[in-house]
Amino acid sequence: MKNMMEVKGLTFTYSGANEASLVDVTLPVEKNKVTALIGPSGCGKSTLLRGMNRIHDLYPGHTYKGVINLLNADGASYTNILDIKKEADLIRLRQRVGMIFQKPTPFPMTIFENIAYGLRLSGIKNKSDLKDIVEQSLRDAALWNEAKDRLDHDARGLSGGQQQRLCIARAIALKPEVILFDEPTSALDPISTLAIEEMISVLREKYSICIVTHNMQQAARISDFTGFMYLGEMIEYDQTDTIFMKPSKKQTEDYISGRFG
Amino acid sequence: MRLILNRIFLIFSTFAALVGLFFLGWILFTLCVKGLSGLSLDVFTKDLINGGLRNVIVGQMMMSGVATMIGIPVGILAGIYLQEYGGNSKTTEFIRDLSDVMMSAPSIVVGTFVYAIVVVPTGHTTGWAGVLALFILMVPIIVRTTDDMLKLVPIELREAGIAIGASKYHVTMNIVVRYAKAGILTGILLAFARVVGETAPLIYTSGSSEFWSTDLTDTFPSLTVSIYNLATMPDDNLVQLGWTGAFLLTAMVLLINLLGRYSGKKKRS
Repeated sequence: MKNMMEVKGLTFTYSGANEASLVDVTLPVEKNKVTALIGPSGCGKSTLLRGMNRIHDLYPGHTYKGVINLLNADGASYTNILDIKKEADLIRLRQRVGMIFQKPTPFPMTIFENIAYGLRLSGIKNKSDLKDIVEQSLRDAALWNEAKDRLDHDARGLSGGQQQRLCIARAIALKPEVILFDEPTSALDPISTLAIEEMISVLREKYSICIVTHNMQQAARISDFTGFMYLGEMIEYDQTDTIFMKPSKKQTEDYISGRFG
Repeated sequence: MRLILNRIFLIFSTFAALVGLFFLGWILFTLCVKGLSGLSLDVFTKDLINGGLRNVIVGQMMMSGVATMIGIPVGILAGIYLQEYGGNSKTTEFIRDLSDVMMSAPSIVVGTFVYAIVVVPTGHTTGWAGVLALFILMVPIIVRTTDDMLKLVPIELREAGIAIGASKYHVTMNIVVRYAKAGILTGILLAFARVVGETAPLIYTSGSSEFWSTDLTDTFPSLTVSIYNLATMPDDNLVQLGWTGAFLLTAMVLLINLLGRYSGKKKRS
């Protein structure tokens, strides 16, 4: 089976920085699997994730070297997303590669509009279509029962965990191929965290997922593959079981056994 | 020793606060006493020439209103440029500093400036010249409040917008500005309240008229300029009318300020 995404030899430097924040990083994102990125703070895992939908480009002056391939609709060929120049193509990329952030980010609109907004931008204008997709997305994000009677309420009235599930619903409404999670549960309580983790294991059936997490237990619980990063380099990448049971590098072993980081 | 110092300090600051409050109270008390006694239906139904204030109140509101209508888009767009598109360039910093300076520019200077560039060349005072002077006064206020309010919008919200495939334009207009809407509205109301009570920018520009007029190309009735004129009249009835005008103006400004504060506080349902 082809990988959904492939990061190959990526070196990334922030605008104005002397040293690269990512050095020659390689990472496959397998189709319909969960890939976790772990490592101490500042190791570059979020930087890597934010390169995979080119959200870095919101701020000018960063430099990429290397390749980030995204599987085309034909299931055989790849497009290097670092070659994308046009704003319209970047927008299309972000519709294909969705992202969930650390802090819940509901837009200042109603719950319904939060989801319908992105759909309208992607060209879906028909009212009944919108209604159907909003409902389906909320169901997939396990929020429908809590939200169905208050779709016309301001989304900022939801609890933190509900807001995060709304953000997930918003992302999956666009039918992305990949979903990137940037520490999605670090601002949530244990019960909301559990709900999100359960959802991720269900979402895997439809989407390819890459998740950055500070929580090693979380990586062990929900991921199929794990990459351990340190100081901007990918130290080790393997099946999650192997990383946690029989890591081949000493640094990996030291980190997962809590000796540093 | 420290306790004594503390006490002395407390006494002094309380005293200072009381002095300030005393004069404020005195002003309001005088205004109410002198202004309310002249209040009657005639004030609102007759023009200045017949002993009422109808034309000057409408004139003042019209000039401030038109200045606001032009000032809102200019000010908001400039604020959006500063916060969303300008980055940290020298131009951005220059515009920001310039707005700060303009905000504290004495209004008489603005009035004199408009007099020199509009009234002198055209040869007579017009409502539009008054509008221009008020516009110059209020735009920096709207620019800086918009700028400040947009700064408070979390950066994550912009990224989340980009991440669902919205363009920068859509993120700015539909998400960022909407998030900051209440604050921007407050800024507009406060800017309006600031200019609606201005006299200095209008004395040489719009002048004031005793007759009903909605024609901004001619000398235009103004409440503040009329108060200034009425106060020095030999006729007691006219002086009384000036007090009534001052009272109404104060009430108006107070109301708009309260409205601004209320709309700023009311957020999220």
